[in-house]
Amino acid sequence: MEFAELIKTPRVDGVVLHRPFMPTVEGTLCLTGHHLILSSRQDNTEELWLLHANIDSIEKRFVGSLGTIIVKCKDLRVIQLDIPGMEECLNIANSIEALSTLDSVSLMYPFFYRPLFEVIEDGWQLFVAEESFKDLESMTDEWRLSEVNKDFRVCPSYPSFLTVPKDIDDESLCKAASFRHGGRFPVLSYYHKKNGMVMMRAAQPLIGTNGRRCKEDEKLINATLCAGKRGYIIDTRTIAVAQQAKARGGGFEQEANYPQWRRIHKAIERSNVLQDSLIKLVEACNDQSHSMDRWLSKLEASNWQSNVKEILTTACLAAQCIDREGASVLVHGTEGTDSTLQVTSLAQIILDPTCRTIRGFEALIEREWLQAGHPFQQRCAQSAYSNGKPRSEAPVFLLFLDCVWQILRQFPCSFQFNENLLIMLFEHAYASQFGTFLGNCVAERVKLQLSQKTVSLWSWVNRPQELQRFLNPLYEPNNLVIWPSVAPQSLLLWEGVFLRWNRSTKCLDEACQEMVHIIEYNKELQNKVNSLRRQLAQLETEDGPLQTP
Amino acid sequence: MEHIRTPKVEQVKLLDRFSNKSVTGTLHLTATHLIFVESNSTSAQEIWILHHHIASVEKLSLTTSGCPLLIQCRNFRLVHFVIPRERDCHDIYSSLLRLLRPVSYDELYAFSYNPKQNDQQREEGWQLIDLAAEFERMGVPCDQWQLTDVNREYKVCKTYPRDLYVPITASKPIIVGSSKFRSKGRFPVLTYFYQEKKAAVCRCSQPLSGFSARCLEDEHMLQAISKANHNSRYIYVMDTRPKLNALANRAAGKGYENEDNYSNIRFQFVGIENIHVMRGSLQKLLEVVGTRSLSMTDYLVGLENSGWLRHIKAIMDAAIFLAKAVTVEGASVLVHCSDGWDRTAQVCALGSLLMDPYYRTIKGFMVLIEKDWISFGHKFADRCDQLNIDPKEVSPIFTQFLECVWQLTEQFPQAFEFSEWFLIQIHEHVHSCQFGNFLGNSQRQREDLQLKERTYSLWAHLLNEKQNYLNPVYSPSFAESHPVLEPSTQAYHFKFWRNMYHQYDRSMHPRQSILKHVLTLKDSNRELEGTVQALKTKLQKFGVRTSPLKPQTPPRERSIAPRPQSLILGAPLLSRKEVQQEEDEEVFGEEAREDAPASTGGERTVEGSSATENGYGEVMGSFGSKNEPGVVTLEFGVARMSC
Repeated sequence: MEFAELIKTPRVDGVVLHRPFMPTVEGTLCLTGHHLILSSRQDNTEELWLLHANIDSIEKRFVGSLGTIIVKCKDLRVIQLDIPGMEECLNIANSIEALSTLDSVSLMYPFFYRPLFEVIEDGWQLFVAEESFKDLESMTDEWRLSEVNKDFRVCPSYPSFLTVPKDIDDESLCKAASFRHGGRFPVLSYYHKKNGMVMMRAAQPLIGTNGRRCKEDEKLINATLCAGKRGYIIDTRTIAVAQQAKARGGGFEQEANYPQWRRIHKAIERSNVLQDSLIKLVEACNDQSHSMDRWLSKLEASNWQSNVKEILTTACLAAQCIDREGASVLVHGTEGTDSTLQVTSLAQIILDPTCRTIRGFEALIEREWLQAGHPFQQRCAQSAYSNGKPRSEAPVFLLFLDCVWQILRQFPCSFQFNENLLIMLFEHAYASQFGTFLGNCVAERVKLQLSQKTVSLWSWVNRPQELQRFLNPLYEPNNLVIWPSVAPQSLLLWEGVFLRWNRSTKCLDEACQEMVHIIEYNKELQNKVNSLRRQLAQLETEDGPLQTP
Repeated sequence: MEHIRTPKVEQVKLLDRFSNKSVTGTLHLTATHLIFVESNSTSAQEIWILHHHIASVEKLSLTTSGCPLLIQCRNFRLVHFVIPRERDCHDIYSSLLRLLRPVSYDELYAFSYNPKQNDQQREEGWQLIDLAAEFERMGVPCDQWQLTDVNREYKVCKTYPRDLYVPITASKPIIVGSSKFRSKGRFPVLTYFYQEKKAAVCRCSQPLSGFSARCLEDEHMLQAISKANHNSRYIYVMDTRPKLNALANRAAGKGYENEDNYSNIRFQFVGIENIHVMRGSLQKLLEVVGTRSLSMTDYLVGLENSGWLRHIKAIMDAAIFLAKAVTVEGASVLVHCSDGWDRTAQVCALGSLLMDPYYRTIKGFMVLIEKDWISFGHKFADRCDQLNIDPKEVSPIFTQFLECVWQLTEQFPQAFEFSEWFLIQIHEHVHSCQFGNFLGNSQRQREDLQLKERTYSLWAHLLNEKQNYLNPVYSPSFAESHPVLEPSTQAYHFKFWRNMYHQYDRSMHPRQSILKHVLTLKDSNRELEGTVQALKTKLQKFGVRTSPLKPQTPPRERSIAPRPQSLILGAPLLSRKEVQQEEDEEVFGEEAREDAPASTGGERTVEGSSATENGYGEVMGSFGSKNEPGVVTLEFGVARMSC
C-alpha cells in the first residue's frame, strides 16, 4: 500500500498551531507517511514533528470555512490546528485518522527510520540471555539455561532461553508448561545474592474445577527451595478472582499439593480496569475548573493512585519475603504477562542496586518486560484519549514506570537515572522511531526481523550525547535494599507525565539547574583542592619553602 | 515541681503510631518537659515533649501489658505510651493535666527559659525587628501617608499597636469617628504600601452597619484612603468572609459596607470560612491522616471531606486577588473580615508576600509576621491555646498562613531565602511558649507582661541558626525577574503538606532528602573554597603564582545547631542541649547520659528505610503457629544489611 493513497492534501498553508504554554505558530502543514509537520519557515520558531503513531484521537470543529483539528496524543499532549478551508481540513483529518491507525506493523515508522547517528553499540546485542546467565553462574550452580523453548513451541510468549533449576529436565518443563496458562511455566526472575533466595514468575496453574495437579510443576518449584525451607506464592489477584478463574480452567496452587508454600493474595487490577483508570485520571488532570473538591474527587474516582499503591505494596511484599524473611517467592497472576511483571521488576529495583543504574534498568526492562513477553503492541495501541471500545489496551507499563518514579522520589540519591528516562520510556512504548517496543513477544520480534530492520532504542539512549539528559546529578551509589513508604500520604501524582502539558515548569527547571550547578561546583572544588595538595606536596619534597625576603 | 508526683517511670513502652513496632525505655517528667529515653539500644532514641506542646492527654482502659497513655501534641506529634503500673500512669496523667493547664502567663516556659545570654544580648535580640524601619522601607511616611499618635495610649483601639499609619487627610476626629463604627474599634489603617504605584493595602474590622446604619467619618476615612492614591479612582473593599456570614452579621448590628454610601468603592466578598470551620477542618484532616493502614481511597476522600486544601486555596485566591488589584490595577485595597485579626491577617500578609520579594527573605519574613500578625493583634494566646481558656477560640489560622507560604515555595523553589524547615520551626515555637514573641493576644498585653524584659526573642534564636533554614537553591536574582509572584491556582498545585502534619512520623518521609543533601553540599563548597584559598597561600610561599579563586566567601565560623532525632531528616529541633543542661542535675541525678552515639553499629540502612515500619503486608504469622525463625526476624525495626 502506498501512503500517498491516504494523503489527499499533502500540504496546507496558513495553518495556526496552538500549544499550551507556548506561543502560537503560523505556518505550512505537511503530511508525510509517518509525520505531521508544521513549519513556519522562520528561523526562531520551533517546528512541530509529530509521529502519526503518537496520535491517540482527533476532534474536528468548523466555524464557517475555518476548520479546527484538536489532536490528542498518546503522550497526553493536546494541540490544536486551525486550518483554513473546509475541504483541506476534512482531508487532513481523514488522513491523520487513517495514518495513525495503520494495522500492519511492518508499515510502522521504525521500519522506515534511518538513524542520523552512527550506531556504535548495537542495542539489539546488548542484553543476551547467555551473558546474564554467566553472572548467575558465578554466584550459584543450582540453575541451568534451558533451550526447551528454542522455537517458541513450549511457550509462545517466552524467549528461547530460560533459567530453570538444574535438576529439572526439559521433559518436565514441557509437562509443567502444559499445566500453566499460555505455557508459562515457573522460571527464574531474580537471584538474591545476599542470601541465595530467588524470585520466580509464571502464569496461573490450570487446576480447573476438578483440581488438576501436576507433579512436574510441584517438583519444579520445590526444587528452588533449600531443605526444610518454605516459600511464598504471591498471587496478584484477590482470592475471589482466583477462585473464579477455576471455572475457566485456571486457578491457584492448592495447599495440599504445595505444602511447602504459603499463598498470599493481593489485589492488583486487571488490565481493562487499568485502562479505564488512566482515562479518568487524564480527564481529571485536564479539568480546568479550579475547584478543589472536584479535583480531589475525580482523582479519587480514577483509582490511579490506588493502583500505584497496590502494585508497589505487592512488590515490597515480595522483596520483604526474599530479603527479610529469607524465603523464595513465586509470583503470578492470570497470564503472567502484566501484574506479575510489575511485581517482579519493582521488587528487583528495591532489592538490587544494579537495577538502579541506567544499564541495569535497561537490562531489567529487556529481561522482565520485553523478553518476558509483556504484549507491548496490544497494551500500548491506544492511550488515554482513545474513543473506541478498548480491546487489550492497558497502561500496565506506565504504572510500572509510575511506581519506579515513586521510589525515585523517596530515594533521590539512589538512582543513576532521573525522571526524564522514565518519561522517555513511556513515550517510546507508545510511539517511537525505534523497534524496541514493537511486537508482543520475542517470537513476534524474531519474525518481524526487528534487529535487522529497525534500530534499537538502547542504541540511541546509550550514546553519551543522549545519556547526559538522563543522568541523576544526585546519584551516590549504595548497595542497600531500599524500602519505600507506601502510605497514601507518601505517594504523589506523577506530575512529570500527567501534568506535563498543563503547567509551566520554568521555575522548577531553573531550580533544578541551580542544584546541578551546586553539585558540579562541589566536584570542581574538590578537584582543585586535590591538585593543589599534590602540587604542594611535590614542592615540599623537592625543596623546603623558599626564604621570603 | 509540686505537681510532679512521679518524676520517673521505668519499663515504659512507646508504640509506633503506624506500625506494630514498639520500644521500651524510661519516662521522665520535669517541670517543663516529658522525656522518653529508649533503653537497651545503640541508637538510644530520645523524645522530648514540651508541656506546652501537649494538646491533650488521654488515659485509655487498662490492658494486659499495662496502662496506655495517649498524648496528642500541637506540633502534630502523637505518642502512645504503655505504662506497666496503673498507679504510675495515673500519676503521670494527673501531673500532666495540671502542668499543661497553666493558670497564668507567669507559668509559661518563656519566663523560665534561659539560653545563657546576658541582658544586653537579650535586648539586642528584641531590637532585631523594627517596624518603624519597615514602614520607612516601604516609603512611609510620605506626602500622602503619615504616622498618627491617636493610639499612643491604646485609647482608640486596644488591640492595635501604638504606631499606626493613616492618610494625611484623615484627621483625628475622622479616625475616632471611624473607629466607633468598626468592630473592636479597629479602624482602617495602612499595612503595606506598594511604592511603585503608590497603592496602599489597608486593614480594619467590619463596619457596624447593621441593616441601614452609616457613619460619615468612616465614609470619609475610605475617601481619604482613596484620595491618597492618584493612580486609581476607586478602591477595593475586600470582605474576606463568605457573603452569607456577612449577611448574618447584619442582624447583630454589624455587617459590610453599602456601596451606595461610599463613593468609588468596589466591594468584593472572597469567601474564606471562619475560625470554627477551620478548626473542624484541621481536626478532620488529622483524623484521616492519622488512620492506620489508610487506603488511598479513604485518604483522598478524607482529604476532600476535610475541606482543608479548599480553605488553603481560598486564602491563596484572596491574596492573589489583592496582589493583582494593587500591582496590576494600581488600586488601593481595604481588607477586612469580622474582627480583622484572622482572615484579614492571612490575606494581607500573604498578599504582601506575593508583591514584595523582601518578605521572601528570612529577615523579611520575620518582619512580615511581626507586622501583620503580632503587632496587629492576631490573638495568638487564644488561637494557640496558650492558657487553655476557651477551646472555641482555638484555630489553626496561623498554621494556614505558613502552609500557604509552603505551597508557594513548591511553585517557586528559587523565590524564598528559607526552606520549609524554617516554616516548621516557626510553627513549633508559636506553640512552644519558649520565646516571648507570640505570647498574649495584643501588643498592649505584651507590654503589660514585660516580655521584652523577661523573655527572649525567637527571631534572634532563629537568626543564630540561620544556616539550618537556608534554601540552597534560593536566587536573589529571581526577585528581580519576578518581583510579583503569580502562582497558579489550579487545584492540583495544592498538595498535602506531609512534612508539617507528619513531621514526627518517620516512616512517611522520603528516605533521602534532596534539601538536606544540597544544603550539605553548599556547606562543603564553602569549606572547600576556604581550603583552596589556604593552599594557594601556602603555594605562594613557594613562589608559585595562582589564579585568583572565583566566587569568594570568607570562611565563616559556623555553629550548626544540634540536630537530634530529626523531625524530617535533619531538620533542626529546639536546642535540646540547652534544656538538658538546665535540668540534668535535678532529673537524672547520677544517671546523666551522653548524647546518642553517631554510629548504629555495623549496619547500614538508607536513612531509616525499613520494611517493617511500612507494613507492606500480612507476612507475619505466616506459617500458622509454628515459630519460624524467618518470621521472627521481621520484629526487628530496621532493615539490616551488611555490605
